[in-house]
Amino acid sequence: MIRFVDVWLKYRHKGETSGASADVLRAMSFDIPDGGFRWLTGPSGAGKTSLLKLMYLAEHPYRGRIDILGVPAARLSRREAAMLRRRIGVVYQDFRLLPHLSAYDNVALPMRLARRPEAQIRADVSELLHWVGLSDKLDRRPYELSGGEQQRIAIARAVVGQPHLLLADEPTGNLDDEQADRLMLLITSLNRLGTTVVVATHNLALVRNYPAPCLEIAHGRLLHAG
Amino acid sequence: MRADQLGLRTAMADRLLPTLVGAMSFLAALAIAGALAAATLASHWQGDTGSALTVQVTDPADPAAGGGTRLQAVLSILKASPNVSDLHQLSDAEMNSLLEPWLGATASQLNLPVPAVIAASWNQRGDADALAAELAAVAPGTQAETGAAWASRVAALTSSIQASAVSVLLIVAAVAAAVISVATRAGLAQRREAIEIIHGLGALDSDIAGSFALRATRLAGTGAAIGALIALPVLFWLARLAAPFASILPQAGVPALPAPLWAALPALPAAAALIGWGTAQITVRGWLRQLA
Repeated sequence: MIRFVDVWLKYRHKGETSGASADVLRAMSFDIPDGGFRWLTGPSGAGKTSLLKLMYLAEHPYRGRIDILGVPAARLSRREAAMLRRRIGVVYQDFRLLPHLSAYDNVALPMRLARRPEAQIRADVSELLHWVGLSDKLDRRPYELSGGEQQRIAIARAVVGQPHLLLADEPTGNLDDEQADRLMLLITSLNRLGTTVVVATHNLALVRNYPAPCLEIAHGRLLHAG
Repeated sequence: MRADQLGLRTAMADRLLPTLVGAMSFLAALAIAGALAAATLASHWQGDTGSALTVQVTDPADPAAGGGTRLQAVLSILKASPNVSDLHQLSDAEMNSLLEPWLGATASQLNLPVPAVIAASWNQRGDADALAAELAAVAPGTQAETGAAWASRVAALTSSIQASAVSVLLIVAAVAAAVISVATRAGLAQRREAIEIIHGLGALDSDIAGSFALRATRLAGTGAAIGALIALPVLFWLARLAAPFASILPQAGVPALPAPLWAALPALPAAAALIGWGTAQITVRGWLRQLA
């Protein structure tokens, strides 16, 4: 269960007083049940990425309550927060791959952090890279790959640990239609297996092709949930 | 966390930090050697000086109060004292050799009223003032001096040298920690994005701090080992200079280093590695607090 109750967020910079910056998100309240799928839509600057950041614990609200996978985020110790993050897969808009690691090692990273056996890592990562069509580029560094290929690496990294919650920020932005369909097939498969999924997108055609409840936001406010 | 997932091999380069820590290790080796040398010299000097007794008898041939000459009276008291041993009255030749530096080669021909000088070993637990009073009673003007005052000055000098060496070691350790902290901060700044990504994937603070600490431990330990090795020939050279004063006998032409120094030199890389590990852990964990 993902639960937001009257959540407010603003970004504060060093030395800035609490009233100096504007609210990025205001009075956000919604629930997503376990195994649910939600599209997150809205214009650029609406606060979609900020909302996702709250879900993957990269930011804390200054007001309101957030439960992630049934756990109150505000009460987590640093260690508990790290353990919870391991149950969350994130596809970032800017991919956020480690440039000094190969495609294989980037995808293997979440499993290595979770201290999974190397044999399991090898099997799972190889299978996933094959599935996203990059089995011939295991040793390539991210800067040796195209934008679409980097995005597929980022997607593979997000799902390799079979997360309980999958968050994706514009995951099809650099993919052609065929790759986008393959990605959505993967995401819906994970969702059917019980993973809760939130996908932020501008792509309304994609939303129409894969009908699901929608969180629509604008100017930091939730316009529509359901 | 798997080795170098943060790319620290390039973020914490392997030249500057080991070089600086190596220089600190070199200084630490010299400071330790200085402290040990001071202790060794002091123990030799304190033993020799503190147990030396010198008695000067003026007008030695004059009659003493109780009969015989003043010199005979003094010698008989010294021989009877349980705290005095190894009595030796300096011969004319020995006296002349002592006076020569001051009065020239013809000192013996000047017919100066030179006192008789008796050298002896003194049990430092004895009462030197009581002995001096006893001697003055039979031969007034006789001076008896032990090296106790000099021994206490040597002890004070040794303590101050050792305190200075400890201060140097503390300063060197603090500078090494500061250098490692700066290098770690530079690594953190360079790998900020990678750290944020790994943090977001669920890395524990201990995972990230452990990666930096491992790198800092290796670099500091390596640098300190090189510094200690470079210090070795310098220490042998200093030991050769100090050998006549410290009774350190050369072995096959090479002066021996004291055993505690041989134990301290390998401890330098271990200490530097420990400082590297601890400093990196503290620096990184403090820095990570800024991440949610």
